[in-house]
Amino acid sequence: MALDPKAEAALALHRFGVSPRPGSIAAIASDPRGALLADLDRAGAGRIPDTDLLPSGPAWRAAFAYQESQRMARRAERAMQQANAQGAGGAATDTKPPDMKPADQPATPAAPRLSPGPGVPQQLYLDEAKARFNAALGAEIGFVERLVWFWSNHFCVSADKGNVRQICGAYEREAIRAHVLGRFGDMLLAVESHPAMLIYLDNARSIGPDSLAGLRQKRGLNENLAREILELHTLGVRSVYTQEDVTRFANVITGWTLVGMREDPARGGEFEFNARTHQPGAQMVIGKSYPDTGAEQGRAVLAALARHPATAKHVATKLARHFIADEPPPALVERLAKRFLATQGDLKEVAKTLVTSPEAWEAPRAKLKRPGEWIIGALRAVGYTPPDIGLMMQAHNLLGEPLWRPSAPKGFTDESAPWLDGLAQRLDIANQLARRVGGAADPREVFEEALAPIASAETRQAITRAESRPQALALLFMAPEFQRR
Amino acid sequence: MTSDLHAPTRRHLLLASGTLFAWAYLPKVARAEGRDPRLLVIVLRGALDGLAAVAPVGDPDWVALRGDKALTLDGKPPALPLDSFFALNPAMPNLHRLYKAGAATIVHATATSYRERSHFDGQDVLESGLGKPGASDTGWLNRALASLQPAGRAGGGREAFAVGPIAPLVVRGPAPVLSWTPRRLPPASDDTLTRLLDLYQHTDPALARVLEERMGLATIARAGGMDAEQPRAAGAGQVRAYFAESAGTAARFLARADGPRIGALAFDGWDTHAAEGATNGRLAMLLGALDGAIAAIETEMKDAWGETVVAVVTEFGRTARINGTDGTDHGTATVALLAGGALKGGRVVADWPGLKPAKLHEGRDLKATTDLRAVLKGLLKDHLRVDDTVLASKVFPDSAAVKPMAGLLQRV
Repeated sequence: MALDPKAEAALALHRFGVSPRPGSIAAIASDPRGALLADLDRAGAGRIPDTDLLPSGPAWRAAFAYQESQRMARRAERAMQQANAQGAGGAATDTKPPDMKPADQPATPAAPRLSPGPGVPQQLYLDEAKARFNAALGAEIGFVERLVWFWSNHFCVSADKGNVRQICGAYEREAIRAHVLGRFGDMLLAVESHPAMLIYLDNARSIGPDSLAGLRQKRGLNENLAREILELHTLGVRSVYTQEDVTRFANVITGWTLVGMREDPARGGEFEFNARTHQPGAQMVIGKSYPDTGAEQGRAVLAALARHPATAKHVATKLARHFIADEPPPALVERLAKRFLATQGDLKEVAKTLVTSPEAWEAPRAKLKRPGEWIIGALRAVGYTPPDIGLMMQAHNLLGEPLWRPSAPKGFTDESAPWLDGLAQRLDIANQLARRVGGAADPREVFEEALAPIASAETRQAITRAESRPQALALLFMAPEFQRR
Repeated sequence: MTSDLHAPTRRHLLLASGTLFAWAYLPKVARAEGRDPRLLVIVLRGALDGLAAVAPVGDPDWVALRGDKALTLDGKPPALPLDSFFALNPAMPNLHRLYKAGAATIVHATATSYRERSHFDGQDVLESGLGKPGASDTGWLNRALASLQPAGRAGGGREAFAVGPIAPLVVRGPAPVLSWTPRRLPPASDDTLTRLLDLYQHTDPALARVLEERMGLATIARAGGMDAEQPRAAGAGQVRAYFAESAGTAARFLARADGPRIGALAFDGWDTHAAEGATNGRLAMLLGALDGAIAAIETEMKDAWGETVVAVVTEFGRTARINGTDGTDHGTATVALLAGGALKGGRVVADWPGLKPAKLHEGRDLKATTDLRAVLKGLLKDHLRVDDTVLASKVFPDSAAVKPMAGLLQRV
């Protein structure tokens, strides 16, 4: 290769990993590609170990219990206010402060109280966010973390929809991380049957028009999830499916929903196939007829979609666009798609093909890092962990990539141009971070450890000639070689 | 820790890095003498051009050296005369007034022992008090404090304060340090942005374009769409306000009967490589802001001003000549500005090395004839009563040959 070993190591970490931390470049310089491949082979790769985080079912129920107690507390409060107003017998002459209870009324025993603080759903969300950031900050190389981020964005949900907030982190762990080096078909099934996705794309309340429930109610089919599975998750927009395919596939996955809390408090929020809302009958989807086998009917369609050449092409293109170039080299996309098909969607094999392809290393470092990549990279470079998760969330918000909150099911874009607009905001964040780190890091060392092998002479000069350490760090974070990969 | 990473507007660059105090350690010996001395150290990061702050207008080589950039007594505006030889930058009328009243001293042609030209290393040496950069994570002011006996005042702020983002190295160390962070964010400085834009223009035109566009928008916004001719004017007011608030608040703490007696803060932005503007540009603006900060300290100190010394120091000076971009590059000797009612002031202390090419350090910089450590040791010894041997071994290690400068204070 044209690159010297250290430059290739730096490129490996910036392009495929979560950016270097002190020592990373030297550690993998003898074999950068081998190091990326080894990252895929680590035991437990992709998982978040030793976690106290709740699975999505218990998280759902904890959030529900909290929301119920809040509802009761608000009701009790209203009741008390009404009682006070009536008991006072004319508020105009009452001289007591409004928050005092009339003396003749006993205090409501053990009335539930509105609890302060962020509330259970938000706390679950923040705990999950923290675990995700820590996984990236603590990663040796972080290639698998980047794959997690990629797939999580490919199959995105939003914390802003319904009650997704309390389970969006669990969703990533259960549906994405569990399969990030497994089979695409398994990830697809885990994703589309996960409560977070079923709520996010409305399938939880989709009802087959001719199902038992559909015949009795006015409500009916919701095509949202079926459409996005075909358009975004598998085949790709304007590929091989028609509107009829969307509708029939929507019929197939009617009944894919969650256990209701009132129906079964112990299992509320878990996935269930509800035969009473499932559209009966065989369905023809993309040229193949699927007999009505209940939940199996949907699984069969998903399995077929996972094997489809259009899916291979779509996924290969997105992977190459994310990691390599906005306009990925066709030969690379071709090779990834072929590998995807030949291995029945083995994502580990596809990832190996990505990093062993020459195009993946030859492409110019032109892609702007996404905000999350850039923030984590800056923190790793200086070895700083913000004491407050709120700061991390705010930084992501300010830069336009709020965690697990994309504005549409398409997820955050992988193209560079839209992110360029946030450059001035990145300078704000760079300055704030540089201030916090301050004199604790020597910018010249940070530069050597994170950037030197791929940095221009101009960048080196700008950093070494800065008037203070914070200014040098801010310039380092903003350097083209730190912004692009 | 108010706004943190969530910046409501663009570019909150670092101009100051908090004010730090050591509360528990107080100059006990001085107090036994019936004094209650205060010392506030202001570090100017980026290397102040000492010749543009205090000009040797009586040196026959001065005007030849700097041409139309030279401060002169008949300049526009005219420099403020200090004695028959030196004149103060006209942006500093408050310091001039204090000087005339005997409450300010200028030390010229001074430098630390550092003779290279890296900001980081120069700041390391200035703040650590050691002979070499990177050798210490404690500062000389903190080690001086640690050597003082705890005064054991009742009450009086031993409790922890909110910790600001960074403690300047000069006060980091073994003595307990509590910090206070100005509520006001440092104002936007164009310096980092200018440097970044320069880097982008040389290496990444696409990023340069985006940043230029943003600067253009900000300029319009700042000028209210009316005043695009002078986009920088609003920034100067912010810098001035920020310097004054930071220094004034520090003084309010120091003035309190139960408050700390030692403080330090840092102001950034002095690295004037291009368009230095000593009389009516960027440096004049910064010096004016510094002058306002000194005035704010005097005001807030109230009666305690008489027991106060403010020491303004910087890592090194700048080239004697103006460079090709109307600025100055990294140099060697510079000024230290001392202000405060405890000083025996009204003097410029300088063993003037001259400005002829042969007299310049390496043919380019004002030569250092006064070791800055002598000045600082003089203040610590006579003002706070730090012991001589401690000064020579612990505070400024291996500096026994550098004698504390005598006669800086009114009372000895």
